[in-house]
Amino acid sequence: MLHDKDRIFTNLYGQDDWRLDGARKRGDWQKTADILAKGRDGIIAEMKASGLRGRGGAGFPTGLKWSFMPKKSDGRPHYLVINGDESEPGTCKDREVLRHEPHKLIESALIASFAMGAHAAYIYVRGEFFNEAAHLQIAVDEAYAAGLIGKNASGSGWDFDFFIHRGAGAYICGEETALLESLEGKKGQPRMKPPFPAGAGLYGCPTTVNNVESIAVTSTILRRGAAWFAGLGRPNNAGSKLMAISGHVNTPCVFEEELGVPLKDIIEKHGGGVRGGWDNLLAVIPGGCSVPVLPKSVCETVLMDYDSLRAERSGLGTGCMIVMDKTTDIIEAIARFSRFFKHESCGQCTPCREGTGWMMRMMDRMVQGRAEPDEIDLLEQVTRQVEGHTICALGDAAAWPIQGLVRHFRPEMEERIRHYKATHGGAGLVQVPASGVPVAAE
Amino acid sequence: MNTDLKPQIQPDSFSFDGASEAEILTVLAKYPVERKASAVMPLLYIAQRQMSRLTGSAWVPVAAMDEIAQRLEMPAIRVYEVSSFYTMFNTKPVGRYHLQVCTTTPCWLRGSDDIVEACKRTTGIAALGGTSDDGQFTLTQVECLGACSNAPILQVDDDFYEDMDGPRTVALIEALRRGERPPAGPAINRSGSAPEGGRKTLIDTVHSISENK
Repeated sequence: MLHDKDRIFTNLYGQDDWRLDGARKRGDWQKTADILAKGRDGIIAEMKASGLRGRGGAGFPTGLKWSFMPKKSDGRPHYLVINGDESEPGTCKDREVLRHEPHKLIESALIASFAMGAHAAYIYVRGEFFNEAAHLQIAVDEAYAAGLIGKNASGSGWDFDFFIHRGAGAYICGEETALLESLEGKKGQPRMKPPFPAGAGLYGCPTTVNNVESIAVTSTILRRGAAWFAGLGRPNNAGSKLMAISGHVNTPCVFEEELGVPLKDIIEKHGGGVRGGWDNLLAVIPGGCSVPVLPKSVCETVLMDYDSLRAERSGLGTGCMIVMDKTTDIIEAIARFSRFFKHESCGQCTPCREGTGWMMRMMDRMVQGRAEPDEIDLLEQVTRQVEGHTICALGDAAAWPIQGLVRHFRPEMEERIRHYKATHGGAGLVQVPASGVPVAAE
Repeated sequence: MNTDLKPQIQPDSFSFDGASEAEILTVLAKYPVERKASAVMPLLYIAQRQMSRLTGSAWVPVAAMDEIAQRLEMPAIRVYEVSSFYTMFNTKPVGRYHLQVCTTTPCWLRGSDDIVEACKRTTGIAALGGTSDDGQFTLTQVECLGACSNAPILQVDDDFYEDMDGPRTVALIEALRRGERPPAGPAINRSGSAPEGGRKTLIDTVHSISENK
């Protein structure tokens, strides 16, 4: 498990001063110009060597992503866009960076922007994080006033501007191209790829979109060296990561932990154990609601990292887990996600717009048990027809929780149906509401 | 849009006041001059806050959207599209206090049903989305607020009230009704999103000033 000396986010809980003076005492903004003096290629090589993978959910290698930006500008400006639209249910880690470590983020944004030839960074902060965005704005103003950003940022010779843009309550804007659309003043509807943002992103210019945490760890990695970061975690799953525990544990919290630590140890240490003891555990959703649920048997041994969770047909996602004990109605827990995705579908692609509605309505019936046993297969089939058939991954994200439910909790679903039949009588059940079958997006 | 609105609710005209104009200047400076449409969401927020300041109800009338369209040299329909796509722009009046209860799974697991129930009982609002008879409160069900380790969350206007339960919700609403504004944040003994009762990490840091509050 991670030692305090290896933690990147040393003011995670806001126990210390989050403003410039406090940040400087913690090591932020120390000789930033020396880091930039490593040069674009030097910084990107170091980031690649660190093994850092994107911390927003997809886990794409960060240094590699940066290397996709054109080496020379063709006249168009380059942009760094930071994704602070943290909206994935269960996920609440970037909020702590925004409100308690804003200077780490701004300094790292300068370094990352320099490495990609960008003179401007925009951060898209979810609209509900009003107070967090206000903290960040104060920190930005402090950094400008101190000459750390702006013209000749930190005395490096590089001009750099940092702008905050607030979202307004749309989960889909966490998808990078929807975010760019939103930043351009439009509805947040994802774009087709290609072209990829590195070729044509914000305002049609080369752009890299990175998660808040992926950017914020940059300054520390470059100060302490790629070897230090790569020495934490496991091969291909390097470093430490911000994680969170919510749900049925004794002490829900956000924390920084090394990748590759057993999930059970994390729940015991940081979460203070499952409410009612480990044997009261029903299931864990390990990385935000899009990743499939894991039953207790898997939770006994699985490690908390990209590859270990992938091997269990789930995923690390955002690294923020939802713990459910045996009092949980697991079907209702997943049905709420189906309602969430129905609510958040942007409506652009038919399989998602219609499919999320179908999945939500079927899941609502599954909660009651008002279904036929073979409709479980039908529901599964509907998820397969949505998955992979949409422009962005929201369709996949809506499908996976249900697939996880069917995979691990089918007996519970069947039992619910049997119970409903037993209490409401017979096989001649009328499932269609008297008002007719609801169709299309309501 | 707004077909559910009685026409008389919509003001005939809207103009930004001095405070809003100053904010608009700051906002427009963030985006390239030829990309001023990027400012549509910030300007909608500015209009909504101005309405809150001047009328006590944070919403964006159609006249404000039209004004924004003119300012940003974009078709009015593009502004309507944006204001109706994003849930945080209120296209009809809301109460003085906007109670937003998260009911997504992480909050639900920790008792968001109790929060909804307490909100309804204390304000007299019968159904989610409704406004109390005295016009003080609007109750909205929202999706994940991104503060799950501090669940359940009741967001009042811009502030997150965390680690809530039924009795705390009742007390908060009664305080709001008295014109008080209790401090937002965790309701239990913890600093931010640290574990209740004390941090388990960051113990050895040189610069830690205080333990939990």
